[in-house]
Amino acid sequence: MNKQRKNDLLALGACVLIYAIFEVLIQLEIIGPFWELNMVLICINIILASSLNMINGYTGQFSIGHAGFLAVGAYVGAIFTVKLGLPFPVAIIAGTIAAGFLGFLIGLPTLRLNGDYLAIATLGLGEIIRICILNIDYVGGASGFMGIPRLTSFTNIFWIMIVILFFIKNFKNSAHGRACLAIRENEIAADTMGIDTTKYKVMAFTLGAAFAGTAGVMFSHYFYIAHPASFTFMRSFDILTMVVLGGLGSMTGSITGAIVLTFISAYLAEFPEWRMIVYSLTMIVLMLRRPQGLFGSAELSAQMFKGLTKRIGGVKIGK
Amino acid sequence: MFMKMMKKLSSVALAAMVLAALTAGCGGGAKKDAAKPAGNEIVVGASFELTGNVANYGKSTLSGFQMAIDETNKAGGVNGKKIRLVTSDNKSEPAESGNAVTKIVTQDKVVAVVGPATSGCVAAAEPVVTGAKVPLIAPCATAPGITLNKDGSVKQFIFRACFIDPFQGQVMATFADKTLHVKKIAILFDSSSDYSKGLADVFQKTLEKNGGQVVAKEAFLAKDIDFKAALTKIKASNPEALYVPGYYEEVSKIVKQAREIGLNVPMMGSDGWDSPKLAEIAGSAALNNCYFSSAFSADDKDPGVQKFIKTYKDLNKKDPDVFAMQGYNAGLVLVNALKTAGTTDGTKLAVTLAATKDLSVASGKFTYDKNHNPITGAIVIAMKDGKQTFKEKINL
Repeated sequence: MNKQRKNDLLALGACVLIYAIFEVLIQLEIIGPFWELNMVLICINIILASSLNMINGYTGQFSIGHAGFLAVGAYVGAIFTVKLGLPFPVAIIAGTIAAGFLGFLIGLPTLRLNGDYLAIATLGLGEIIRICILNIDYVGGASGFMGIPRLTSFTNIFWIMIVILFFIKNFKNSAHGRACLAIRENEIAADTMGIDTTKYKVMAFTLGAAFAGTAGVMFSHYFYIAHPASFTFMRSFDILTMVVLGGLGSMTGSITGAIVLTFISAYLAEFPEWRMIVYSLTMIVLMLRRPQGLFGSAELSAQMFKGLTKRIGGVKIGK
Repeated sequence: MFMKMMKKLSSVALAAMVLAALTAGCGGGAKKDAAKPAGNEIVVGASFELTGNVANYGKSTLSGFQMAIDETNKAGGVNGKKIRLVTSDNKSEPAESGNAVTKIVTQDKVVAVVGPATSGCVAAAEPVVTGAKVPLIAPCATAPGITLNKDGSVKQFIFRACFIDPFQGQVMATFADKTLHVKKIAILFDSSSDYSKGLADVFQKTLEKNGGQVVAKEAFLAKDIDFKAALTKIKASNPEALYVPGYYEEVSKIVKQAREIGLNVPMMGSDGWDSPKLAEIAGSAALNNCYFSSAFSADDKDPGVQKFIKTYKDLNKKDPDVFAMQGYNAGLVLVNALKTAGTTDGTKLAVTLAATKDLSVASGKFTYDKNHNPITGAIVIAMKDGKQTFKEKINL
């Protein structure tokens, strides 16, 4: 058994443990429906943030149209379960593929742009998707797609999230992932070294879009409704904020960002007048004190904690 | 390198643990709150669009609802118990609305929910309250479908406090019959809008039931500019009045062009007419002899309405709008049901709500029909020299 496999198994063990703890807490009703809902929302946001991180963080392309892909997943998934009466797993796969395919189609022309131009193009794209949906009566138009059954549960969203995170982790450490990182660091140099930059940019964009689609299917099947108002550019900014807060290029950063921001938003629901102020203040303080995000491009790891303990306690933790 | 990967994942675990600690803490806290003896109070939830795109609707409605609750508490509460209001914000977003309503229903254990304002947010909140068997009153959601299941049966726990769109068609047909005393009426409607089509159909049905006759029925499309062809046809049919359900943009041009070709009969419309732009485009002279239906007018001489307007003004230092009035009505309907039912059990409360009959609210008498839609008064507004004036109140 090689070391990587051993570590992956260890991580899987940890995930099972976490899942078991939460599931028991839910079953014992220590975690009520409201926090259960927010845990599902956190899982969805983690998928969204880490998939956007593939595009914005690893590959260094500035996309702010993620809500558009979320919407595609949400609606395609709903069409499959409600209109066509197909099982939920088929809907998840269909939503993922539809969003990924759209990402591929759109990625080809737009990824020739860079920096601000790409940002504007993706922003416009997200809005175009939303406006299209708004005008399709088949999916409810402006009044939204209603009557979607709740098929998402904490169990399935948690494991789908783990699978996606595992995929993204492996992608980053593969040859493809390193090519993406090279493009982020210096596109011209990467090109010179023989990396097909367009291919890898489109690849990262397609994968990111596809995962956003998965999140979309889970989203609409948890909240009973897919409504155009849920997929505005503000939603894209929310996802981007999670990524930036955690640190561009850090997967654990994206995860932490998603958890922290979802939690703040849920906790402040009863103080609507304070919500945006606290939210904005958090961002301002963070950007002033740590412009690179909580983790920068580093990953939160056990090593970090070992280092920390060493520094604080002077205790050496041996292997 | 491999080591690093594992650490990455173990850190995921760590982050989740932190979350676990946080949520567990909060969950526990909420339990404690809920366990507080609630013997002397009734907890009622209000979930509204307090931030985001349509925050003005939500805030306005909430201010009216709040006023109804405050008045009740001042008058001694419900059967000796005070009402405590818990609010939550849904950011004008349907998914967030599910979240916000879940919070007040499961954490604050409210006995009933008032809100949200818009139909999309109500639709998203519906499964939550139905699952928890807590009644919900939507003060101003007009989409006909929100109180009905797909098979046409009524949703047990969903109510509304405003009239649905087709109701205005009935109101104006009655107005034509009883007040204007006209029988031969032409209809000009927007064939691209469900709102306009629905109103035209209901109007025609009610009119024919009352012994009237539709002498001409012409259609236009939203964003049209020239209506003279349709209007000339209508003029040739010699109607005694013209009904134009639609929005002010087209309506103002229709009114103007109708007067230009010498069609000087009374014109009637719906609440889509309600805009300062109407008089700006059509001109004040052309608008004389024009009437439209609405839910609320500040000029209403009804003592109930005037009292509501005065109290609201004293409290909020501004004029109430239709949303505030509907929020207030929703509050009165809920308080009445709580008093009558004498229990906070959701299922019994829903039954009592559905049986609401002839309750006095700010807009007149309030009765629920079998689809949980209120049968309440509507206002007819007459245009006089470019100004809206109260014409009369129609109770069906």
